[in-house]
Amino acid sequence: MTKYTYTEKKDTRSGFGAGLLEAGKRNPKVVALCADLVGSLKMQDFINAFPERFVQVGIAEANMMGIAAGLTIGGHVPFTGTFANFSTGRVYDQIRQSIAYSDKNVKICASHAGLTLGEDGATHQILEDIGMMKMLPGMTVINPCDYNQTKAATIAIAEHHGPVYLRFGRPVVPIFTPADQVFEIGKAWMVSEGTDVTIVATGHLVWEAIQAGEQLEAMGISAEIINIHTIKPFDEEAVLRSIAKTGCVVTAEEHNRLGGLGDSVAQALVKNKPAPQEYIAVNDSFGESGTPEQLMTKYGLDAKHIVAAAQKVIQRKG
Amino acid sequence: MTQDIQELKGIASQVRRDVVRMVHGSQSGHPGGSLGCTDFLVALYFSVMKHDPSFNMDGVNEDLFFLSNGHISPVFYSVLARSGYFGVAELATFRKLDSRLQGHPTTHEHLPGIRIASGSLGQGLSVGIGAALSKKLNGDDRLVFTLHGDGELQEGQIWEAAMFAPHNRVDNLIATVDVNGQQIDGPTKVVLSLGDLHAKFAAFGWEVMEMKGNDMAAVVEGLQKAIGLSGNGKPVVILMQTDMGAGVDFMMGSHKWHGVAPNDAQLEQALNQLEESLGDY
Repeated sequence: MTKYTYTEKKDTRSGFGAGLLEAGKRNPKVVALCADLVGSLKMQDFINAFPERFVQVGIAEANMMGIAAGLTIGGHVPFTGTFANFSTGRVYDQIRQSIAYSDKNVKICASHAGLTLGEDGATHQILEDIGMMKMLPGMTVINPCDYNQTKAATIAIAEHHGPVYLRFGRPVVPIFTPADQVFEIGKAWMVSEGTDVTIVATGHLVWEAIQAGEQLEAMGISAEIINIHTIKPFDEEAVLRSIAKTGCVVTAEEHNRLGGLGDSVAQALVKNKPAPQEYIAVNDSFGESGTPEQLMTKYGLDAKHIVAAAQKVIQRKG
Repeated sequence: MTQDIQELKGIASQVRRDVVRMVHGSQSGHPGGSLGCTDFLVALYFSVMKHDPSFNMDGVNEDLFFLSNGHISPVFYSVLARSGYFGVAELATFRKLDSRLQGHPTTHEHLPGIRIASGSLGQGLSVGIGAALSKKLNGDDRLVFTLHGDGELQEGQIWEAAMFAPHNRVDNLIATVDVNGQQIDGPTKVVLSLGDLHAKFAAFGWEVMEMKGNDMAAVVEGLQKAIGLSGNGKPVVILMQTDMGAGVDFMMGSHKWHGVAPNDAQLEQALNQLEESLGDY
C-alpha cells in the first residue's frame, strides 16, 4: 500500500480561504459574498486584499444567492460563503431557479458540513447537502479531503464555467495530498492500488480510508483506495474499473447514506455490473452535539468501521 | 426609441392583443397582470431603456430589466419580440412543447432578452441588486430595472433585498412594484395585507415614488423622474398603481383573471377593444 504521512493538520475551510485569495489574484472578476460568517469561512485574507470585491450581505442567505446570480451578469465570478446548511437547505429554491436553472457561474462554498461541525448539533450539521445539490441539473459537486486539495479545488472552480457546490469542513485534519497538485474536476484520484476490496471515499473520510487500508494490509487484505472529490460529474469509469478488479466496494462519506456518494456508486454498479457494496455513512438520521471525534465514532464514520465493512463486503463476494 | 405618447399607446394596444392571443392559444397563462403591466413594459423597452436587441447576457453599457413576477411572461415575451429580440411569429409557441417561450421566463432555452429565470416569487430584487453591483464594479453607469408583483412582496427574500440595497447605496437600481391589489386567492387586503408600502420602503431607506401605471404619459414621465432620482446614494422604488386586466373591460380589476385563459368568444370580445396597430403575429 502507498504510504501517506502528515506533518501538519489544518482545516479544509482554511484551504478554501487560501484558494479564494489565490483565485482573486489570478482573476480580477472573482468576487466574494458572505452571510455574517467571515471568520468561520476564512475569507478575511481575500477581504484585506480586495475590499472592493467583497459583499457582506448579513444574515440573509436567500438574498446572497440572488445577488451572486446577478453579479455573474457583467462577467463576475461570485463565491458565496456560509455554513453548508445555510448554503443548501435554507436556499434550495434560490439556487435552483436563480443559479442552476439560470446557468449562472456561481460558486457556492459551504463550510462546517457534516457531523464534524461538532458541538453546535444537528440544526447546523447538514447531512443531506450532497444529495440535494447533485440532483440539480448542471450543478458540479465537489467535496475535497484536506487543506491542499480544498485550496486546489477552490482555484480550479474559479476557472470552470458553471455553477459549483464546494463542500468543506470545520475541524483540523491531516494534510496528506501534495501542495502543488493540479485539481482536475471530475477525475478520481487513485490513492492506493489493491486487489481485494475497493474503498471509495470522499471528504474527511479519505484519511480514515487510508488508516483502514493500513489496518487491512496488516490483516493480509489488499485494499484499493479511490478518492472521489468530485461527486458530480461522477468518475464512474474509474470506480467501475477498480470494482471489476476487486469484486466489491465500501463507500465512505460524511453524509446521509441516502443521496450521497454511496448512491452514485450503487447506481453505477446496477447499470453496469452489480457487485456487493457496504455503506459507511450516516444511517438516515440527524446528528447531535459532541466533539467531532466522538460523533464520527458514534455514527460509525471512522477507520475501524471501514475495516469492518471491508471484511463484511469481501465475505459477500460470490 | 420614441417619446411620442400616441405611438407608445399604439404599441401597447398591439402588445395587449398579443397577450390575450398567446394566453388563448395555449389555454393557459396569466393575462391579468400582463395587461396591467403592458404600459410600463412598453415605456421601458420603447422609450426609456438603452438596450440592444442583438442581445448578449452581460449587457455591459446597457440598461437591464429583470422580471421578478415571472408569471406575467406573456407581456414580457411580446415586448421583447416587438422590440426585435426575436421574431413575433414565435409568440405563437408560448407554453407549448419545445418552445423557447416557457410558461415562466428562463435563460435555459436561450431566448434572447431573458437574463434570469423567474416564476418562483421573491428572487428578482436580489438578482437586480447583484447586476447593479456588477455594473458598479465594471464602471458601467447604466441602470438596472426590476418589476415585482405586490403579492410577491409577501415573500421574505424581498425584504432581505430591501434592507441590503439602501445600506449598500445601490443607487443604480430602479425597482417597480405593480400595485394592483390582487393575488390568486383574492385581494391582497384580504389574503395578507401589505400595509403602507410607501412608509415601509421609506423606512428601509429607499427613495419612494408613486406612479399611475395605466396612463402612458404618466408612466414615461414617472420613469424619467425615477432615472433623475438615481445616482444619489439611494435605490429607487416606484409604487405603480395599475388595474389587473387593464385594456380589456371584462378582465379589469378582478383577481379572477390572474391566471385564466379567455375562451373563443371572450378572445373576440377582448380583441374588439384593442387596435391592431402593428399587425398580429
